[in-house]
Amino acid sequence: MAASPAYGEEKGGSSSLGEPEYGHDPASGGIFASDYKRHDDLKEMLDSNKDSLKLEAMKRIVAMIARGKNASDLFPAVVKNVACKNIEVKKLVYVYLVRYAEEQQDLALLSISTFQRGLKDPNQLIRASALRVLSSIRVPIIVPIMMLAIKEAASDMSPYVRKTAAHAIPKLYSLDSDQKDQLIEVIEKLLADKTTLVAGSVVMAFEEVCPERIDLIHKNYRKLCNLLIDVEEWGQVVIINMLTRYARTQFLSPNQNESLLEESAEKAFYGSEEEDTKDAKAEAASLAKRKPYVMDPDHRLLLRNTKPLLQSRNAAVVMAVAQLYFHLAPKAEVGVIAKALVRLLRSHSEVQYVVLQNVATMSIKRRGMFEPYLKSFYIRSTDPTQIKILKLEVLTNLANETNISTILREFQTYIRSMDKDFVAATIQAIGRCATNIGKVRDTCLNGLVQLLSNRDELVVAESVVVIKKLLQMQPAQHSEIIKHMAKLTDNIQVPMARASILWLIGEYCEHVPKIAPDVLRKMAKSFTNEEDIVKLQVINLAAKLYLTNSKQSKLLTQYVLNLAKYDQNYDIRDRARFIRQLIVPTEKSGALNKYAKKLFLAQKPAPILESSFKDRDHFQLGSLSHLLNAKAVGYQELPDWPDEAPDPSVRNVEVPEWTKCTSREKRKDKVEKPFYSDSEGESGPTESADSEPESDSEESGSSSSSGTSSSSSEEEDEEEEEGGSEEQSEDKEGEEEEEEKRKKKKEKGGPRKASPRSVGSEEEEEAEGKKVKKAAGPQGKKGHAESSSEEASASESSSSGSDSGTEAPTVVEAKRRKIPSSKAGPKEISLLDLDDFTPPPPQPVPSSSIISTSLVTDLEGLTLTDTSLAPALLSPAFGAVRTYELLHRMAGEGLSVEYCFSRRPFPGDPHMVAVQIQISNNTDAEVKSLRVSEPKLLAGMRIQEFPEIESLAPGDTASVVMGIDFCDSTQAANFQLCTHTRHFYVSIQPPVGELMAPVFMSENEFRKEQGKLTGMSEITEKLTLPEKCRSDHAIVQQVTSAANVGRVPCGADNEYRFAAKTVTSGSLVLITLEWREGAAAQLTVNSEKMVIGTMLVKDIIQALAQ
Amino acid sequence: MIHSLFLINCSGDIFLEKHWKSVVSQSVCDYFFEAQEKAIDVENVPPVISTPLHYLISIYRDKIFFVSVIQTEVPPLFVIEFLHRVADTFQDYFGECSETAIKDNVVIVYELLEEMLDNGFPLATESNILKELIKPPTILRSVVNSITGSSNVGDTLPTGQLSNIPWRRAGVKYTNNEAYFDVIEEIDAIIDKSGSTVFAEIQGVIDSCIKLSGMPDLSLSFMNPRLLDDVSFHPCIRFKRWESERVLSFIPPDGNFRLISYRVSSQNLVAIPVYVKHLISFKENSSSGRFDVTIGPKQNMGKTVEGVVMTVHMPKAVLNMNLTATQGSYTFDPVTKVLAWDVGKITPQKLPNLKGIVNLQSGAPKPEENPSLNIQFKIQQLAISGLKVNRLDMYGEKYKPFKGVKYITKAGKFQVRT
Repeated sequence: MAASPAYGEEKGGSSSLGEPEYGHDPASGGIFASDYKRHDDLKEMLDSNKDSLKLEAMKRIVAMIARGKNASDLFPAVVKNVACKNIEVKKLVYVYLVRYAEEQQDLALLSISTFQRGLKDPNQLIRASALRVLSSIRVPIIVPIMMLAIKEAASDMSPYVRKTAAHAIPKLYSLDSDQKDQLIEVIEKLLADKTTLVAGSVVMAFEEVCPERIDLIHKNYRKLCNLLIDVEEWGQVVIINMLTRYARTQFLSPNQNESLLEESAEKAFYGSEEEDTKDAKAEAASLAKRKPYVMDPDHRLLLRNTKPLLQSRNAAVVMAVAQLYFHLAPKAEVGVIAKALVRLLRSHSEVQYVVLQNVATMSIKRRGMFEPYLKSFYIRSTDPTQIKILKLEVLTNLANETNISTILREFQTYIRSMDKDFVAATIQAIGRCATNIGKVRDTCLNGLVQLLSNRDELVVAESVVVIKKLLQMQPAQHSEIIKHMAKLTDNIQVPMARASILWLIGEYCEHVPKIAPDVLRKMAKSFTNEEDIVKLQVINLAAKLYLTNSKQSKLLTQYVLNLAKYDQNYDIRDRARFIRQLIVPTEKSGALNKYAKKLFLAQKPAPILESSFKDRDHFQLGSLSHLLNAKAVGYQELPDWPDEAPDPSVRNVEVPEWTKCTSREKRKDKVEKPFYSDSEGESGPTESADSEPESDSEESGSSSSSGTSSSSSEEEDEEEEEGGSEEQSEDKEGEEEEEEKRKKKKEKGGPRKASPRSVGSEEEEEAEGKKVKKAAGPQGKKGHAESSSEEASASESSSSGSDSGTEAPTVVEAKRRKIPSSKAGPKEISLLDLDDFTPPPPQPVPSSSIISTSLVTDLEGLTLTDTSLAPALLSPAFGAVRTYELLHRMAGEGLSVEYCFSRRPFPGDPHMVAVQIQISNNTDAEVKSLRVSEPKLLAGMRIQEFPEIESLAPGDTASVVMGIDFCDSTQAANFQLCTHTRHFYVSIQPPVGELMAPVFMSENEFRKEQGKLTGMSEITEKLTLPEKCRSDHAIVQQVTSAANVGRVPCGADNEYRFAAKTVTSGSLVLITLEWREGAAAQLTVNSEKMVIGTMLVKDIIQALAQ
Repeated sequence: MIHSLFLINCSGDIFLEKHWKSVVSQSVCDYFFEAQEKAIDVENVPPVISTPLHYLISIYRDKIFFVSVIQTEVPPLFVIEFLHRVADTFQDYFGECSETAIKDNVVIVYELLEEMLDNGFPLATESNILKELIKPPTILRSVVNSITGSSNVGDTLPTGQLSNIPWRRAGVKYTNNEAYFDVIEEIDAIIDKSGSTVFAEIQGVIDSCIKLSGMPDLSLSFMNPRLLDDVSFHPCIRFKRWESERVLSFIPPDGNFRLISYRVSSQNLVAIPVYVKHLISFKENSSSGRFDVTIGPKQNMGKTVEGVVMTVHMPKAVLNMNLTATQGSYTFDPVTKVLAWDVGKITPQKLPNLKGIVNLQSGAPKPEENPSLNIQFKIQQLAISGLKVNRLDMYGEKYKPFKGVKYITKAGKFQVRT
């Protein structure tokens, strides 16, 4: 009944997100019918072949899920769309799958093949999201598939996919913990990953799967420390927490000497330890034996590298560093964290809450640290109560003889607050101050007594309780106060307070002999109306009075005990019976009677008022367990410091064989340095931080953090140049060219240093620098192709804006390429691990309308890239650049357009092929507003148009660069070339060889990769080399002209290897040409992309046959 | 880490749930409701609640509770900070982080949450990356999408995701290149009854709005950087550079962001720009009291103090207030007992004054505490600490950007005890 209108309405109003409709379902009677129909409607939409309908349906389903409504009966209809082309539909289907796959395991299996296909997709985002969903659907049957997928993804080229693999590890582990051993292998592999992107995620996986396998960290410890600053903030938190535990097991306590001395004084803190060491003499001996403490350089490294993170905007990171310092740093250094923690107090109230909890714990042990910030903990009337109480806690912890007067004055204002809970807490705090600081005890007591006349009962009650505790310390002097309190029994109604007063009077009845029986009389009268705790105290008082003053109170006591005997509460009845037996002598009562007085009126130790935060620091600070003061599930204990330091050499990273030669080793350092934020990269502990702190900090200043360098820093420039030139001088193959280069560099460096370094002049200088480069650019081009790339990298290294991180490798790369067959040998090439790199960074699109390619390449050198962003793709090897015609001058009515593939990485998008377009105006009129429009592209292809050319004078030629993402296919990109008057349909079809960019790899890597790409991915063809193509030079020339590939060094004489990656998906293309006797040769192409492989073979053979 | 997230409005409806691992029933929120009831005031709901099977970590933002369900040990701040980041992202996407905005954009919200966490561990939280993956809703885009059938979801990996500068997206283009910096300083102070300063410090932030094409590399220097005592940075800032030269050098994110926040060392005496003369008294045994407050400028360096608002939480016993203001207008809400006086600009010639009678509940005892006065004010074109931006230089791009710096001083938590 209600169903049909709702049904209609939905169809009509489907464009607005369908969400709220589900909120107000019609009357519950109609629900089932209408739900059924609704879902029918959705099913219909999902089955349609229109993406928009599907999307609409999925949006409504997701809205249902978001509201917590059950949409599981749509599973079959939804799962069909898992392979939908529309990316948004696909994503929403993923959302749905992840939510319901667990419930519908069999149906979920239908989707698996799609993900498996997705795992092989060239687009890294698709690979990653396929893995994400596959690992999230929690279907136990597919565990082996997941395992396989994770393993594969862990060695993926894209760091993003590897990150996803790291994320998938805990998912699989929670699904099937039997896989632990295999997963640990993957974790071990990923821990060795050098990209910052992966680091945080893999440590997270480590923490969830195998936190006990601390041995896996050894080799990666230094790397993690050095990468830390560049890791994303969430990863930082996880890594810091893990390293805190690690350090606790591996290093000695920096405070050990002090702590040994302290132990006697602060038994409470170290009690447990002391019990272990039974013999004090042995202790003393071990102290004597113990060498003077020297901090392990690795320990220092950790402390130093985490310190800057105290400045993070993320409160969790700051807290993580703070706890690391608290647990690991020498006492003298812990102070630095106070400032940062106090800063967090300005943040959201939830953040304040957590931070204050931790500060409260820290302030007990390290009071001095927060003392300078005492006033930051002052309380405002607008603070939430829970914050007020925590601040009070901290203030109390910080109170000492010098500041107590200020604090007490502050407390006085708090006592008048309207927030009564807070007032009660303040009174408690005053009590604690009074017990801790003897000097002010009387002052506090007087203040509290004044509060007894407060109008608010809660305040009075709280005061009574606190006074009771205080009085226990020195009761004799305070009978006045006790008398005053006795009077209060008439007025105070709060049970706890009444009970406290009664206890006090009973305990000290000798001090107030006259009043006590009177109080008992009053209480006996009202006994039946009292609360239980008061009743107990009345009995207590009666018993005590009976023992001390039985004359006056005997009858009263009898009366009270009789009343209690028939009380409703069994505790009270029990107590009454017990006390009667104990104090009233009868025949039956045994020997205990004699001791009754001793039992009741024994000296009782005064209570110690102490913070509830005391000793909470045995939990790792900042952890959930610490906050709750209870062990949370999965909490990893913070181990105690070891007595003997474990072998520090486990953290040494093995130095591979080939670096034995010293010059090489140095070179390696040079190469690797920029990749790590710190100079000590992988070097051994010999380069300790402490040994040369100054030079070290300087160095790290230049090379650390995400691209620190910048042109205005004089020191850095100098250093960079030094670094560069040193390296050159080390290079024994010092060719003349390099000599020259060095001079040039020095020259460049010289005037810069000399010029006055006001910041203002920087821009001009920069412009100058560019001019120089512009001039240099074309020159280089005319010369040998390789030297031009050399030039480019040289200018890059000296260019002001660029980062030290990018330079060194490029320079080195360029050099290597120059001397591939000579002494350098194939081995050194593995110095550069491809996986270290991520694709080149986005580069600025030149904004001026006419720009020459040489300028574009110059600009590339200027971009500020980050350390690990050094281009993995090499500058292209130039063969003769072939130009193609885009628009003939006849067809274009005088406008002729040619294009060629410049083989330079396209600035702005690494997935695009740069196409250089040469436009000549052969008409006799000006051509205006020349631009690209209406590209007709196949799915996935993209065009980055060149900036519009405003006008082109007759006879002029303009050259522009546009980028096309061909999606690794040789399909033509069709678009219109528009002028102010005409439109020309044109198309660019790339030869297959242009769809890739060269990559650098070592022989070993090449072999390894080739090993992976066998079977279907390998294409082999025999060919005969023509006469003129039988020299090394010619073969290389021909192959590189046919395809944009980079040469890979090879040990064998008659073999040629080339490697490249496809531009869009980054799949490897490996080419091997084996030259057998005479003219016979065999060409092998290995590539995931079979089509590309086949076409490439054809093209290369054709090129060689010419 | 984070297992599930529930969004709960003030009336206790769970209007959105999202699970990153297996589904946790809504009933887990009952523990939260219990705590909420106990706390009375929303501000006092404990951020961390322990239940038999789970831990609930919640934040309260813009009248919404973000309640996350945790199963294992995790640093609580990690979750809290993340939840705030989620709220910030909603704010950024929808202009406000309200129940209606979230409900209207539930699909985008879901897509965002899906991208932000993977298996409960944060994946992408940078707004620039998220915006490349999921485009924020605009009217224009929804029209275009309905015509062209294109979607709001990006199909390639955002460039930032792979780079070391994840905060910036690639290929930014503007016709007008602008960079604006707002130096905003807030004075936190507690002034005691007699007018002397109990505690005062300056908290500052520099909020930036950067609309620059390409990959600009900026460096911002100060005339007196030593003033900054404790600074926290946006991740884009090169820390070493600051350490060595006290220059902020960074490749900025695109759009609005907070560059740094800082504290001016508490050793420096803080100039308090206003003073308050007050006389609030309640007579014993009578149902009325006197209220007389005057605000005046002091040490304001020749700048006008404006936007002055005073709010007072009056004691519970106050029934009504009968006041006259010589300037501005006042309101008293008898339910919440909040007196708000909107003064506006202070002119030294004629000091604003608010004076009159307080009506108390008859029979109730006289309130023993005088309420504290919370003052807000603004001073344009002045950074009270004296911080001054020296210059802004740009490298890496060729165009000349338009640069601007604005200073403003505000009252932060500025409280006068009476």
